[in-house]
Amino acid sequence: MADALAFARAVRRTALQMVHNAKASHIGSALSIADILAVLYHQHLNCNPDIPNAKNRDRFILSKGHACVAVYAALAEKGFISKAAVESYGQDFSDLMNHISHKVTGVEFSTGSLGHGLPFGVGKALAAKKLQEEWRTFVLLGDGEMDEGSNWEALMFAAHHKLDNLVAIIDYNNLQSLTTVDNTLCLEPLADKLRAFGCSVVELDGHDHDALNLAFSKLPAETGKPTAIIARTIKGKGVSFMENSVDWHYKSPNKEQLEQALRELEMAHA
Amino acid sequence: MRNAFIDELVTLAEQHANIALVVGDLGYSVVEPFADRFPDRFINAGIAEQNMMGLAAGMASEGYHVFTYSIANFPTFRCAEQIRNDVDYHNLPVTIVTVGGGLAYGNLGYSHHAVQDYGLMRLMPNMTIAAPGDPMEVRACMRYLMKNPGPSYLRLAKAGEPCLHATVPQVEPGKWLEVIPGPAEKTLLTTGASLALAQSWLQQGAYQGHALHSMPLWGMKSKARQTEQLASWNKVVTVEDHIVDGGFGSWLTEASTLGQSQTCIEIRALSDSIFGQVGSQATLNKIGGLG
Repeated sequence: MADALAFARAVRRTALQMVHNAKASHIGSALSIADILAVLYHQHLNCNPDIPNAKNRDRFILSKGHACVAVYAALAEKGFISKAAVESYGQDFSDLMNHISHKVTGVEFSTGSLGHGLPFGVGKALAAKKLQEEWRTFVLLGDGEMDEGSNWEALMFAAHHKLDNLVAIIDYNNLQSLTTVDNTLCLEPLADKLRAFGCSVVELDGHDHDALNLAFSKLPAETGKPTAIIARTIKGKGVSFMENSVDWHYKSPNKEQLEQALRELEMAHA
Repeated sequence: MRNAFIDELVTLAEQHANIALVVGDLGYSVVEPFADRFPDRFINAGIAEQNMMGLAAGMASEGYHVFTYSIANFPTFRCAEQIRNDVDYHNLPVTIVTVGGGLAYGNLGYSHHAVQDYGLMRLMPNMTIAAPGDPMEVRACMRYLMKNPGPSYLRLAKAGEPCLHATVPQVEPGKWLEVIPGPAEKTLLTTGASLALAQSWLQQGAYQGHALHSMPLWGMKSKARQTEQLASWNKVVTVEDHIVDGGFGSWLTEASTLGQSQTCIEIRALSDSIFGQVGSQATLNKIGGLG
């Protein structure tokens, strides 16, 4: 468990550094999912950087593609990509684009426009069933992204076809582009909606490694149903002045802000 | 064309275990031969085209060659972004098969008039547009697309189109297919089901003595092949059941500028006067200027 915490800390550190260097956006969205990625990549995803395209690997799709620095950082931590690659983030001609790119080793699918990851993941999960293969498909979505109708089309299809090898994780930080999710298009009652669409629903604290661990250990949550995990999170988690602030959907930390953020991460785990 | 498509698909699926057919709740009395023979590879995605296209891309990323099937406007404009981002950008073997190309569903109204679809598909850099002119070209296109998997758009008319080729021809993207030779340095060049229409024009005043060519496969990457073929002709008349804007003739005109071709290109396509009109295909074609 301690290692997953260290993994999450490394993801946050690298993500902050990348966004600062590139003067890029979306650090709040990346910090939001750092713990989910850490527990997944450190303990549960069947993936091997030495055989990145292994047939039996679990497929992970980041549908909220703007939070890509967290995934790039996780891939670097896991050994899929190098430290040098991470430093190229957001630079001219780099494969590490500011929305997740399939040109990066370990990335299955490019996203950036929302509402694409889940239908694509449904296709993968259906293919696995038809090919009688054991690997699983994980799709990480944003809560605001659930505004997209394509996700609900995909959930209906996944439930109809009993795709219990599909796991949709919804990063529910309750902040989208301009204001809260509640003030934009209220998602509630989300768990009931997901159940009504045929999913088995798990609700948890998306920063609680024990809870994440438990949920990922018990997949599928119910045989014959896709699993939807509602992960309650805090946008900007781990950096006091970024937490729950819509500003950090867009802003990039300057040098002083970066240093303070890194100090806070260090102190929290001292 | 629909029958040639499904017959060829069943034949190909016998040889290729990775072929899957995904329909958007359409295909009554067309898709049954495939669905009955390969129930495990037939999926009705329901009336949800965005998901249909996304999941087709997902299946294709795992080794399937997915054929999606619907009426022309629905799996194109409805999910243009899924085609752009999921299928074309990732260069996946998804063939978007549509029926009702042009004004084949003229009486069904504007929602079913597929006269802007080339314009959309032309914008996708990896996309091969397959617009066969007769049932033989349907089979030829499908065989090509299976041998050369990638993003493709197979635009069919409907049913009852005449066979203009005696056998299944050899087709390649951007290559003009000779249908009827002519004595003069003038030819009609068609794509899609307008082939039969153009053939009927050969007997009439203005186009007597012209040759007839078809180009069933084309796209952004085929432009460079046009310079040499254009150079063989003094005049080329393009014929298509699509509006002029963004269509096949426009594509050839753009291609002609790459090699600074001196060939005269005349575009016969539909005008904007057909928008909002309802009628038989023949009537609407006349209103649009393809009489």
